[in-house]
Amino acid sequence: MEKLLEEFSVGLFFWQTLLFGLLLFLLWKFAWKPILNAINDREEGIKNALDAAEDAKREMQNVTADSEKLLKEARAERETMLKEAREIKDKIVADAKEQAQVEGDKMIKQAQATIESEKKAAVADIKAQVANLSIDIAEKVIKDELSDKKKQEKLVQDMLGDIELN
Amino acid sequence: MRNTHLTRFFLVVALILGQFTFASEAKEEGEGHGKDLKTEIKEYITHHLLDSHDFSLFSYTKENGEHKYVGIPLPVILWDNGLKVFSSSKFHHGETLAEVDGNHYKLYHGKIYKTDAEGTINYDDEHHATNIKPLDFSITKNVVMIIVTGLLMLWLFTSLAKSYTKNNGIPTGAGRFFEPIVLYIRDDIARPNIGEKRYKKYMPFLLTIFFFIWFLNIFGLTPLGINVTGNIAITVSLAIMTFLITNFTGTKDYWMHQFDPLGKSLPWYGKIPLYIILVPIELLGLIIKPFSLLIRLYANMQAGHIVLMSLIGLMFIFKSWLGSPLSFGLAFAISLIEVLVALLQAYIFTMLSALYFGFASEEHEHDHEHEAEVAH
Repeated sequence: MEKLLEEFSVGLFFWQTLLFGLLLFLLWKFAWKPILNAINDREEGIKNALDAAEDAKREMQNVTADSEKLLKEARAERETMLKEAREIKDKIVADAKEQAQVEGDKMIKQAQATIESEKKAAVADIKAQVANLSIDIAEKVIKDELSDKKKQEKLVQDMLGDIELN
Repeated sequence: MRNTHLTRFFLVVALILGQFTFASEAKEEGEGHGKDLKTEIKEYITHHLLDSHDFSLFSYTKENGEHKYVGIPLPVILWDNGLKVFSSSKFHHGETLAEVDGNHYKLYHGKIYKTDAEGTINYDDEHHATNIKPLDFSITKNVVMIIVTGLLMLWLFTSLAKSYTKNNGIPTGAGRFFEPIVLYIRDDIARPNIGEKRYKKYMPFLLTIFFFIWFLNIFGLTPLGINVTGNIAITVSLAIMTFLITNFTGTKDYWMHQFDPLGKSLPWYGKIPLYIILVPIELLGLIIKPFSLLIRLYANMQAGHIVLMSLIGLMFIFKSWLGSPLSFGLAFAISLIEVLVALLQAYIFTMLSALYFGFASEEHEHDHEHEAEVAH
């Protein structure tokens, strides 16, 4: 302890305190303050940049999600549209078929009716013609038959015989 | 990395050179005086550890026995019934008296005494000089080194600060080496010990004290024979600053802790017998903390220098092919360790200062504290 006290120099202590104080003040003002501020600013800048990047990333994700959603919706819409179209087509085809059927049936029926009436007309015509022909034939035959007397008599005889039989 | 390699290289060169200059000196002096070599070395070490009034680089003895010193004389400033300023070259390294304004001064064992015209030194029974010691405010070797270190730091760190503005917040050159250290002090010393809220106002002091001690410690390893941080006046001054800052920035909680350490856990009548012992201990602790700081730094640096120089001295005592290389190797190894110690002591001083500032600036909720204690 005594040695320490012996070694202690007031002058050196004075200079050290003075110079260190001065050094502290000057460094504070011209070095530490700007250095620490610069480091702080830089760190904050980095932090902000990272945050911004994070935000941008999140936004990107949102955008991607949105677009995906849109895509999905569009796809669904297309699906439904296609389905509807198909349904409409099927319906149209079915309707057309049905109408065609109905029309066909109608036409067939008409045709049949026409055929029937034609047939009837034809039959009637044929009947009339046949009747005429028969009359003509009968006329001719009768004419022939009745050309001679004998024959006329024979016929009358036959006919009278038939009637008697009946 | 290049910076550290460069530093290492210079240190090694410096250490080797230092050993050479020291070598020639000790040897020559030893032979010139005809004294015992061991005493000679011991005296040399003691002389080196002290501050000196001139910046001597080395000395040698001529064939006629005359000492020759190579170095720079420094101004001597004395307060002895008025300011006396003269060059230390007047002392001729203690060999002659300096006569200023009719007063005679003698340099004796590194201190200036007022003597009569013949330069008589009177002693008391314990062989202590009883002559009047005028107040000595000389610019000594240590003061010069403080100024040099201060200028170096100013130059280094203002240029670092400027490089930030120039390069948009990115350091260049030496700043790349120092910036991580600044960051380390901020993030690993100040922040955890003082706390996020208050660490900022202590940063300038912590940074200054760290680099100041570190640089001076490193200078102490150069062959210039500097021992600033191993000087008690320097460490006292540094520790007093820590002490003053600790106590002037102390919060209410801190002072409450000093004078009322138990807080609300005891009624006042229970505290009286305890506080008779506790409060003095707490108050003593205030002094012991900076005292341990100053002794630790002083003793470490002093011891490092003594060990290193003793090992170098051994080379000249052994004077053999085996002993001298061995002590050279040892001295080399120790100087490498000293490089580490130089950094370590600066770190410890800064770290503990930060810790004390942390104690002084803590503000806590007492209830929380108790909960925490219970939890432990």
